[in-house]
Amino acid sequence: MLAPFPRENKSSQRNECRKFVQVYKRNEGWESMINILPQVLVDGLTLGFMYAVVALGYTMVYGILEIINFAHGDIFMVGAFIGTEVLLISDALGALEGMNPFVALFITLIIAMVLTGALGVGIERIAYRPLRGAPRLVPLISAIGVSFLLQDLVRFTEALARNEFYLNSPALFTGSIPLGSIATIPTKGLIVIVIAIVMMIALTLFVNKTKWGIAMRAVAQDQSTASLMTINVNKVIMLTFLIGSSLGGATGVLFAQNYGTIDPYIGFILGLKAFTAAVLGGIGNLRGAMIGGVLLGLLESLSGAFMGPLTNGAFGAEYKDVFAFSILILVLLFKPEGLFGEAVKEKV
Amino acid sequence: MKKRSYVGVLSAVLAASMALTGCAGNSNSSGGSNASGGQSQPAPGNSGGGTTEGGLIKIATQSPLSGSNSAVGDAIKTGAGYALEKRKEEFKALGFDLQLFPQDDQGDPKIGVSNAEMLISDPDVYGVVGHYNTGVAIPSSVKYEEGKLVMVSPANTGVKLTEEGKKTVHRICARDDAQGPKAALYAKNTLGVKTAYIIHDKTAYGQGLSDQVKMQFEKDGVQILGFEGITQGEKDYSAVLNQVTVKNPDIIFFGGLYPEGGIMIKQAREKGFKGYFMGGDGLDSSDMIKIAGDAVEGVVFTSVAGDVTQTEEGKKWAEEYKKVTNKPLETYSVYGFDSMNVILNGVLEATKANGGKKPTREQVLDAVHKTKDFQGQFTKVTFDDKGDNTNADVFIYKFDKDKSIFVGKAE
Repeated sequence: MLAPFPRENKSSQRNECRKFVQVYKRNEGWESMINILPQVLVDGLTLGFMYAVVALGYTMVYGILEIINFAHGDIFMVGAFIGTEVLLISDALGALEGMNPFVALFITLIIAMVLTGALGVGIERIAYRPLRGAPRLVPLISAIGVSFLLQDLVRFTEALARNEFYLNSPALFTGSIPLGSIATIPTKGLIVIVIAIVMMIALTLFVNKTKWGIAMRAVAQDQSTASLMTINVNKVIMLTFLIGSSLGGATGVLFAQNYGTIDPYIGFILGLKAFTAAVLGGIGNLRGAMIGGVLLGLLESLSGAFMGPLTNGAFGAEYKDVFAFSILILVLLFKPEGLFGEAVKEKV
Repeated sequence: MKKRSYVGVLSAVLAASMALTGCAGNSNSSGGSNASGGQSQPAPGNSGGGTTEGGLIKIATQSPLSGSNSAVGDAIKTGAGYALEKRKEEFKALGFDLQLFPQDDQGDPKIGVSNAEMLISDPDVYGVVGHYNTGVAIPSSVKYEEGKLVMVSPANTGVKLTEEGKKTVHRICARDDAQGPKAALYAKNTLGVKTAYIIHDKTAYGQGLSDQVKMQFEKDGVQILGFEGITQGEKDYSAVLNQVTVKNPDIIFFGGLYPEGGIMIKQAREKGFKGYFMGGDGLDSSDMIKIAGDAVEGVVFTSVAGDVTQTEEGKKWAEEYKKVTNKPLETYSVYGFDSMNVILNGVLEATKANGGKKPTREQVLDAVHKTKDFQGQFTKVTFDDKGDNTNADVFIYKFDKDKSIFVGKAE
């Protein structure tokens, strides 16, 4: 939206220029775009870390089994429901009153992580392990089946228990922290970021420093050789699902806290984006999944906020996904293994 | 030993999940189901051997009974069912067995169409009350037209629906080209807005309504600061809302439904948006309050459904409705009720014309199409040639903390 160039003042070139800038400033020009940039980045980071933690689940399973666990998005959704139910029930019992919100969130997170971890292990046992030797397409289909099953199970149980299937989570944190005058971070958003970072660091340490972590990497490299080295491959795979799913479940709780409203279908879009983030970073690569997630969140947020003004309204925020996915396609065209993936070497 | 226990666990889980999904199917069909044909009535499809000699007459409803729009969908079904229940005796005297045949379109065009296909293949179905979503109603109406099955919509406002020239399509509510401009006029004249930001959900309904609002705003000189779409089902609208906060409009107009609208107003207020938030009849649900929380206060919306409790007689009806159905009164309950009565009236007329015998679907369609000055519980119905109600009005509501308040008729 360009302002008409002020013609009446012809005293000097510079004066004209200054006036032009002033007029431009007044009409949502660059200046105001710079002004909202911090807020856009904060929003993008919150969303990005959410993607990143979910993407870890995809990338871990892919790294070990080379299957894409499309049910992971719905495990995330189950986590959101478990967390919200815990909060709703304890709220109804009056247990939330007077309780430190951090303690409440911690307990909720633990319960959700334990249950979704168990769910992940169960899914692996029932839907993937019997298909271990089958062509790769088969467990993929079974994953999609599990995904629908989870959606409908949650829908059914919630409809039975509460007669509605979109829940509103009681908000534990309502305040927000102003960052000077440039942006505000809602406390809940900050908590999402902090917990996501803690979870990612813990996972990285676990994979790199512990015996089980080494076993996981060994299985990822070569299952049959690993089993010859007295590694219990089934146990390692179970552990992978346990950790990946509990991370997903925990993110679900954070999601419910951050956005307030959940329904049985939130796993689909978010799962798809997290999967994209994992591919963007190089699937099978933990660091790649984290960076890919944050990058995708930022890209979405930035393109949503700036594409409209930059293209003069021709492409609005509605095209943010198109933009984000176009970047993905470009990355994959020029670096098919993802940003941080290594080119797949033939396994010996 | 180990292997046996594994098989045991597997089969137990399988059995459990099958039992559960089986139950899910049942619970669905008790409230209407999809194409697989969940007949919720005790005696489905016994056209020949009923207890009454005249035969069975089924009137279907199609609305989302599950999914995020189910609050309104259920209100339509319940309203229509209540009307049918009230007139059961009247039809029994004529020798007909009246039955409600509720279907769940889930707000999904594919399911709406396959339900419609099932309905037209059932010769006992004489009419459909539905749908809620225009995007579902348009493809489904293709099937109704094939089967000459009359449809009376309590809630579809999309302009295109009746413009396609299908004889079976009728609606008792106003269209978006009445709703949108009236909403825009209200915003300008009463709320006094000078700048507006329009957001829609990219559906036939949401975008259609937003286009109408935009056109009227442009005509009146209200500056449009942005016109953006969002994706249904997403929960994070900060991308578009960041733009809104920069441009700081006097009003956000949202063309879409309450699950998205509720989240949007909540996030907009969190970002410090102080202006008005307005929407169309898609925001018209008590669930809006649950989703938006405190942010709902002051949200203005237009609706094609009026407040039945404005009159004494209406109040009495509402009390009775709540007592009998044990459901909360939504604004679309009474429209479901009136739509059903329009169809039943058509059936009655057609029967009379047919000498008391069971009429054909086409005769019912003709009778409904000719409906003139029919006084329903809330609205008066006269269909024009396209199937639109010439007496339809647009109303303004405003949300208080815990309910929506009727403001008045939009002029």
